[in-house]
Amino acid sequence: MGVKLVDITKTFPDLSHPHREVTAVRNASLEVRDGEFVTFLGPSGCGKTTTLRIISGFEAPTSGEVWISGQMVNDIPPNKRDTSMVFQSYAIFPHLSVGQNIGFGLELRGRPRREIRTEVEKIMEVMDLKGLGQRRPDQLSGGQQQRVALARAIINRPSVLLFDEPLSNLDAKLREQMRLEIRRIQQTFGITSIYVTHDQAEAMTVSDRIVVMNQGDIVQIGTPFEIYSRPATRFVADFIGRVNFFEGRIGPGREVAFTVGGRKEIQSRSREFAQGDPVVVTVRPESLRISHGEGGFLSGKISKAVYLGQVVEYEIDTGRDKPVLAVTHNPVEEGFFSPGETVGVDFSPVAAHVLPA
Amino acid sequence: MTRGSTARLRRDIKMVVGDPLLLIVILLVLASLVIFIIYPLVSVVLTAFRTGTGYSFSVFRDVLASRYLRQAFWNSVMMGVLTAAAGAVVGFLFAFAIARADIPFKKFFHVIAIIPVVSPPFIGALSIIMLFGNNGLVTYSLLGINNYPIYGFRGLLFAQVVTFFPVAYITLRGVIESISPTLEDAALDLGGSRWKAFLKVTLPLTIPGIAGAMLVLFIETMADFGNPLILAGSQFPILSVQAYLEITGMYDLPKGSALSILLLAPSITAYFLQKYWVSRKQYVTITGKPTTSALKSVSPGAKWLLFALCLVIAALILLIYITILWGAFARVWGYDSTLTLQHFRDVFGVGFQAVKDTLTIAGISTPAAGILGMMIAFLVMRKRFPGRRFMEFTSMLSFAVPGTVIGIGYILAFNRKPLVLTGTLAILLLNFIYRYIPVGIQSGVAILRQVDPSIEEAAVDLGADSKKTFFRITLPLMVPAFFSGLIFSFVRAMTAISAAIFLVSSSWNLMTVQIMSQVESGRLGTAAAFSVILVGLILLAILLIRTILVLRYGRFGGAAVKI
Ligand SMILES: Nc1ncnc2c1ncn2[C@@H]1O[C@H](COP(=O)(O)OP(=O)(O)OP(=O)(O)O)[C@@H](O)[C@H]1O
Ligand SMILES: [Mg+2]
Repeated sequence: MGVKLVDITKTFPDLSHPHREVTAVRNASLEVRDGEFVTFLGPSGCGKTTTLRIISGFEAPTSGEVWISGQMVNDIPPNKRDTSMVFQSYAIFPHLSVGQNIGFGLELRGRPRREIRTEVEKIMEVMDLKGLGQRRPDQLSGGQQQRVALARAIINRPSVLLFDEPLSNLDAKLREQMRLEIRRIQQTFGITSIYVTHDQAEAMTVSDRIVVMNQGDIVQIGTPFEIYSRPATRFVADFIGRVNFFEGRIGPGREVAFTVGGRKEIQSRSREFAQGDPVVVTVRPESLRISHGEGGFLSGKISKAVYLGQVVEYEIDTGRDKPVLAVTHNPVEEGFFSPGETVGVDFSPVAAHVLPA
Repeated sequence: MTRGSTARLRRDIKMVVGDPLLLIVILLVLASLVIFIIYPLVSVVLTAFRTGTGYSFSVFRDVLASRYLRQAFWNSVMMGVLTAAAGAVVGFLFAFAIARADIPFKKFFHVIAIIPVVSPPFIGALSIIMLFGNNGLVTYSLLGINNYPIYGFRGLLFAQVVTFFPVAYITLRGVIESISPTLEDAALDLGGSRWKAFLKVTLPLTIPGIAGAMLVLFIETMADFGNPLILAGSQFPILSVQAYLEITGMYDLPKGSALSILLLAPSITAYFLQKYWVSRKQYVTITGKPTTSALKSVSPGAKWLLFALCLVIAALILLIYITILWGAFARVWGYDSTLTLQHFRDVFGVGFQAVKDTLTIAGISTPAAGILGMMIAFLVMRKRFPGRRFMEFTSMLSFAVPGTVIGIGYILAFNRKPLVLTGTLAILLLNFIYRYIPVGIQSGVAILRQVDPSIEEAAVDLGADSKKTFFRITLPLMVPAFFSGLIFSFVRAMTAISAAIFLVSSSWNLMTVQIMSQVESGRLGTAAAFSVILVGLILLAILLIRTILVLRYGRFGGAAVKI
C-alpha cells in the first residue's frame, strides 16, 4: 500500500515580500510501494524537506492529497499518522536516557514497562547499541546518536519511515558506514522508507528508486540505474555525477550528426526524435575511450591529468568552451596520457543517451 | 487583509480548534490576562476621566492646575533621567572593570553589586536616614549637625542610584562580555591606542546596551515608591508618593487615578522605546560564547583608576548595609549604641504575622507566576493562534506599568461586583502572580530559543499529543529556566511594596509595608531588624532553590541559575 502523493502543491508566504508566495513543491505525484526505499534527491531549497514534512503531517499541503497505507491522511495530525521521522539534528530528548528515548514511542502507547524494556533491549542489540541504555544522550558519539534516533523511530514499527538528511552531521567515513546500516535495518524490518538527501552517492547506495527534484518540481523518478544512465533532462544528467554534453541533430537515418563532426547511431531514444531535431547526447566520463593520436569522432589535447590511484581523470581540450572529461580505470593496461598529448576521443553508442537540446 | 494573511488566519484557527485542550488553555490565559492586567488599567483610566455625569478632562485640569503636582511630575521624570544616567555610568564602570580591566577582587565587587538586587529597594533610603537624618550617625553623632537637609533631591538620587545601578551592571556586563576581545585586539593591531580602541570599538558596541539599561532604569526609578516615601519629603514631591497619598490620605480616587496616568505615560513610552527601538539595534554576538582573556584592554593606569573607583562605590554600598545591620542591633539608633536583640524580639512578637504572610504570599505566588510564565512562553514561541501577539504584549506589560498604577487599578477594579476581592489573600496573590509572569516568560523564551523545535516534533511524530509533548518534553527542558526565574521573582515578591501597599489589610500584611510604617513612626531599629530578617530569608530561599537544582540536575542545573 505504501505512500501515495496526489498532485501535491505547497506554497509559503514569502517572508521578504508580504504579497508574494514561494512555491516549495509544485504538483508532485508519486507512489511509493510497500517496503520500498525511495529517496528524494535535489539541490538545496528544491522542496525535499517540505515534501517530507507534508507526508509526516507537520505541514499541510496547499492542495493535493497524501495517502498512507490506502488511507487519505490530509486531516490526520502528525501524532496520529503511522510515520516515524529520523531528524537531521537527531532530535534526541536531552533529558531522557538512551533507553528512555528509544522506548518513548512504546511508552506513549501505554505498553507495560516490562515489555518496553525487552523491546528496547532487543532493538539496541540489533542497532549495535548494547549496554548504552543508561547513558545520557550527550555521552554518545555522533554515530551512536544517529543509531538511537533510528532505533527510536523504528521501535513503533511504523508503516513509513522518513529520513531528512540523517547523515549530514557525520564525517565522511561514518556516513558511508551508516548508509549501509540504514539500508540493512530497513530491509530487516521491511519498512517503507522515504529518504531525503542531496548527496547523490548516498542516494544511489540506499535507494530502490530515486526522485529527483528541482525548484519544487519532480523532474524524474527512476531506479539509480535509470537516473544515472537515462537521465530525463539535462538538469538530472548534470546533477547526478559528471557528464559530457555533445550537441547535434537527428539525421535522416535517425542517427545523430554531431556539431563537432561525425555521426553515430545511438540506441537509446534517438528513434523518438524527428529528423532535424536538435538534440544533446550525454556521455559519462567513464564511458569515453581515449586513444593515442588522432582518431574517434573527436580529438583534442590533454590539458590536465589527475592520478587518483584506482582511476585517472583527464580533461581534454577540444577547442569547445568546456573541456571534455574522461576517466580511465585501468591505467596500467589502458596506458597513461600526458598533458599536452593529442588524443582521440570516442564512445560506444550503448553508453550514450540522447536528450532534446 | 491580504489573501495570504487570511489563509494563515484560517489555518491558525483550524489548528487551535482541532486541539480542544490547547484551545481551552489559550482561552483561559487570554481571559485571565484581560481580567487581571487590562481590566485594572482600564479602571484607572475610566476613574480618572469620570465625573458625576459623564466623562471629561476636569480631574486632569485640576491636577495640572496644581503647581505642586506639576512639580511632582517633573521631579519624578528628572529623578528617572538622572538615576538612569548616573546608574548607567556606575553600572558600566563596574561592568567594564570586572569584565575587561582585570582588577583584583573581581568576585568581591560582583557580590557587592548583586546585594542591592536581593534586598528591598528602600534599604538605601533607610540607611541614609540612619546616617544623615535627624539622629544620623554622620550628621548628628559625628558632626553635631542637627536637621541636615538630607530629605529631598540629593539623598533620594543617591539612594536611587545605589538601588538601581546593579540592573545596569548586570545588563552591561553581559553586553561587554559578548564583545569578542579579538575585536579590540584587532583595533590595537591596526595601530590604535588602547584609549582609541575603547572609544572606537568597545564603547560603540555597548551603546545600544547602555541605552537599553538606561530605559530600564528610568522605568524602575519612575515606578519606585519606597525610597521616595522615606526620603523625598514634602519639599520635593514625587508622583508615585503623591498618588498614594491622594488615595490613602484623601480618598480621592479620581485624582489618584489621574496622577497614576501621568506616572504611566513616561514609563510606557520608555518601555516602547526599549522594546521596539533599542532592542532592534542590539548587535548580534558574532562569536557566540562569551570570550574572556582581554588582559590588554586597558593600560595599568586606567586599571588602577577603575579599581579605585570601584573601591569607593563598594565602600558606600557596604556602609549602607553595615549601617542597617548595626542599626538592627543598637538599642536606640544615634543615642545608645549598646547591642541588643530587642528589635528582633519585636519583629518576632508583633511583626511575626507579617513575616508569615509575606512568606505565604511570595511562596504561593512566585511558583504560580513561574508556571504561568512558562506556559505563556511556550504558547507564544511554539504555537500559532489568533491573539498570540496580544498575549505576548499583555503579559509583558507589567514590566512597564508602575506598581503604584497597578495597585490603584486593583483597588478600583476588585472593590465592586462582579469580583470583590479587597482585603483578601486572593487580591495580593493575583496581583503578585500577574506582576511577575514576565520574569518566567523571559527565561522560558530564552530557553525555548535554544531548544531545537524538532525535539518537540520528534515527540509528536512518535505519537504524543500536545499535552504529552508539553509535559514530557518541553516542560522538563524548561525546568532550569523555571527555577532561575523563580529566584528572581521570589526576590521581587518578597521586596515588593508599590502595588502591595494598596492591597494589604489587617488580615494580610507584608514585611515591606511593616518596615515602612516603622520608619514613619521613627522606630528605625525595628525597621532595620525587619530588613535584616527580610534579606536573610531571601538569601536562605536562594540557597535552598540552588541546592535543590544542583542536587536534582547536577552542575548543569546549578549553572542555569546565575544570580
Ligand atoms: N516555513 C517556511 N516559510 C517560508 N518558506 C519556506 C518555509 N519552509 C520552506 N520554505 C521555502 O521553501 C523552499 C523549499 O524548502 P525545503 O526546506 O523543502 O528545501 P530542501 O530541498 O529541503 O533544501 P535543503 O537541501 O537545503 O534542506 C525554499 O525556498 C524555502 O525557503
Ligand atoms: Mg531540507
